[in-house]
Amino acid sequence: MSELAAALLGFAGGMVGGLLGVGGGILFVPALAIFLDQSQVEAEATSLLAIVPVAMVAVWRQLGYGNVRVRDGLVIGALSPVGVGIGVVLANEVSQRALELIFAGLALLIATQLVIRALRPADRAPD
Amino acid sequence: MPRTVKLAVIGTAAGAFSGLLGVGGGTVLVPLLVIWLGFGEREATGTSMMAIVVIAALAVSLQATYGNVDPPNAALVGVPALAGVVAGTAIQQRVPERAISLLFAALLIVIAIELIVP
Repeated sequence: MSELAAALLGFAGGMVGGLLGVGGGILFVPALAIFLDQSQVEAEATSLLAIVPVAMVAVWRQLGYGNVRVRDGLVIGALSPVGVGIGVVLANEVSQRALELIFAGLALLIATQLVIRALRPADRAPD
Repeated sequence: MPRTVKLAVIGTAAGAFSGLLGVGGGTVLVPLLVIWLGFGEREATGTSMMAIVVIAALAVSLQATYGNVDPPNAALVGVPALAGVVAGTAIQQRVPERAISLLFAALLIVIAIELIVP
């Protein structure tokens, strides 16, 4: 049963990911930790493996819809290794609780900005 | 600030959150592309996924050196997710862009609550 629950959360994660442009890890991590009994850091690592093909399929679909700025995406990816290295090392070394709270604070800050922006009259900033 | 520097800052921030929290970094990428670089919401999500392919591949390679990756479990959640993502991107094309921003904000609030409540 827990395998079925994990698979259903996986499907939901992919759906949310496709809708919102995220990899789905936000649902994969709890699915792996809660239903498949992985530790937090193992669930995070396994989630990353699941994300790679999901993001590839998303890119394939979004290219068809004309929504991918390929060069910008690749530049961001190419310039990410320093951040990735810092993140993975921290995930394996530092108190998870403090990091969770920092991320929560950042998420709320960004959410506020998105809401303010979405509710404002249309005056999109130029590139 | 030059545009490439902004992209580098976004990549570094997304990479750090990806490695730290086991996500692709899209929660950082999408809002920053919209708020900071003026991307349309759909463009931001598509471009985010392009970056996520690279970022998650790097992060999982590094996590594998710690022995934390479980491929059968990844398949168990990841294979159903492939069907989910095809459905999700199709639905996204029929939803107004502002709705995507508001849904994204709702997602972030849910994540924050999930992280704060132990």
